[in-house]
Amino acid sequence: MSNPFIQVKGLYKIFGSDPASILPMIEAGKSKNQILAETAHTVGLKDINLSIEKGKIFVIMGLSGCGKSTLIRHFNRLIDPTAGQLTVDGVDVMQLSQKELESFRSHKISMVFQRFGLMPHRTVLENVAYGLTVQKVDKKTRQQKAKEWLETVGLKGYEEQYPSQLSGGQQQRVGLARALCTDADILLMDEAFSALDPLIRSEMQDQLIELQETLHKTIIFITHDLDEALRLGDRIAILKDGELVQEGAPEDILLNPINDYVEAFVRDVNRARALTVETVMKPPAWRITADTISEALKQMRTSPADYGYYVTDDGYQGIVTQEKLEEAEQNDAGADKVCEKVIDELPPVSPESLIEEVLPETLDADYPLPVVDEEGQLCGELSRETIAKVLVDTTTDEEAPETIVEHRKAS
Amino acid sequence: MAESSWLSEFPAMDRADLLAIRKSLDGGFREFSRAYGDAIEAFFDPLLSLLVWIEQLLIQSPWWLVIAAIAGLSYVASRSVKLTVGVIVAFILIGYFGMWDNAMRTMGIITVATLLAIALGVPIGILMSRSNRIQTIVTPILDVMQTMPAFVYLIPVVMLLGIGKVPGVIAVVIYAVPPVIRLTNLGIRLVDKEVLEAATAYGANTWQRLWGVQMPLAMPTIMAGINQTIMMALSMVVIASMIGVKGLGQPVLKSITNQYFTMGLFNGLAIVALAIIFDRVSQAYAKRSQKHMQGMHHE
Repeated sequence: MSNPFIQVKGLYKIFGSDPASILPMIEAGKSKNQILAETAHTVGLKDINLSIEKGKIFVIMGLSGCGKSTLIRHFNRLIDPTAGQLTVDGVDVMQLSQKELESFRSHKISMVFQRFGLMPHRTVLENVAYGLTVQKVDKKTRQQKAKEWLETVGLKGYEEQYPSQLSGGQQQRVGLARALCTDADILLMDEAFSALDPLIRSEMQDQLIELQETLHKTIIFITHDLDEALRLGDRIAILKDGELVQEGAPEDILLNPINDYVEAFVRDVNRARALTVETVMKPPAWRITADTISEALKQMRTSPADYGYYVTDDGYQGIVTQEKLEEAEQNDAGADKVCEKVIDELPPVSPESLIEEVLPETLDADYPLPVVDEEGQLCGELSRETIAKVLVDTTTDEEAPETIVEHRKAS
Repeated sequence: MAESSWLSEFPAMDRADLLAIRKSLDGGFREFSRAYGDAIEAFFDPLLSLLVWIEQLLIQSPWWLVIAAIAGLSYVASRSVKLTVGVIVAFILIGYFGMWDNAMRTMGIITVATLLAIALGVPIGILMSRSNRIQTIVTPILDVMQTMPAFVYLIPVVMLLGIGKVPGVIAVVIYAVPPVIRLTNLGIRLVDKEVLEAATAYGANTWQRLWGVQMPLAMPTIMAGINQTIMMALSMVVIASMIGVKGLGQPVLKSITNQYFTMGLFNGLAIVALAIIFDRVSQAYAKRSQKHMQGMHHE
């Protein structure tokens, strides 16, 4: 796909009495604070460029006041930009007339709000069907559809209740059902789970992931919680003071933070839960493919390591160590085939597992664990050292030796 | 005059100039009412017919039928037996003390004035809520309407339309319409921004937002405004009686000039009774129609 599903180009949003007059000042390189002090205009968003792929969850994250809620409201033009382009599925959203915009909002894009935005005077069923009511779909059809979606989010039996009779989590499920009920391709979620208790929040995250597996919507998700971003996002964009700081895959952000700001964000994340084996594994040690023990030993001696993974046409078989091979050769078994006698079993791990899940095995094993994919092919190894390095904060990891040296010098 | 300083005495306008201003304004208005008075009166003819029709309906119908109808309405609106019984007792007492016809006339004029105030006030309130400019223009006008002594705006009304029911109703409406305008405006402005934003995000147009979200959510506040309007209309009946509006106000006016204490008290109490009935019934109705809003303060 050459053209991304949603594309944002050079988006600026300035709040104040004469926003357009501020654009040249920004181009001249004045800072947000300078502009605020001199002209009483607030720079909400500055030169945002994003490409969002169809069917993916794109997370925009940042602290409060960074402009993320402003940004998400541009996608359905609840807020108009001061400058910039926005195309969705080839349609230039900025060129839509009021009528077209209303139709775009009701068919193409739907939204879930932080504080739910449910209508207190309508029943749960009427709330879910609201998008279809706006589209003037007949009552029977829309109630039928609303009922189905309510069931999907697990609120069957609550149809005739009013939102005020529901708990926060249930209300947000209604919000989610309302968003899904219009069959829009794009789902905007503005801090959708931020107002919920941690337990309910993670339940809702699970539900969203589960729904996404079958629905494949394009979801733009706003959050201030990096754990949530890492859990849900296929891509993550980090905003700071209205500027895009870094955009990339979750592990990219986690392992290669672009500057101190992102690093500060990333520092408190539970990496064991956020990263998969695939993202941290190292290339595997020698693959031993020889038929006989002596040939295997020959292969092993060319390797810097004293172990290798024995691989046949059927894929990974087990681990062989130099020690065992040498022992076997001394016992005049050099011409024998490599067999169970010299192969040790070492349980492989899957590249998709979270580090957290494989942590105990990795720490228990004497050798790095082989990473083997679904087809049985060896694709990497996971050692204790790798895990230790990943889990320990990158900054302290680099600084620690230097500080020790300095201490020594001082004493 | 020449030696008196502007320091010791306020440099007021010349008496002759002031007189000239008054004369020309009064003259102008008199000209205007002579030229257009008939046309304006004709314009209000349908209103007069409506007033007469309602009054006749209330007076000509048998008293028990009227009481039954009012009690029925009260019950439908409030679903409260206690309140309905109270309404029946109050009307029987009013009739027993010989104030039936006057009470019916007052009811008629209050009903028409209230309906008129709602029909004018709610749309004006909606307009005000949609534009800050309209709000800044209308607000001071409402302030004037509420604080200007009623007698002052009775003068031009009487000059234009003479004495009778129509100028009475107009005076009552002018006095009673501000609360419903103000509270409609306020109610719509206080609607939860996120709920409105949600409606917009799902593609609702201006009309769908107004009738689907803003009006229903503003309804409790608007009902409070209507309630205030009814109360203020009732408090105007005595003043309206000065320009020939028949009803419970006239005996009160007569008692003031003749010092008939008991007569004044009875008719005054009848007005109070009507006020309480209107208030309780409309409040009960408002509360019942907003039942689902109870406990809507979600966190």
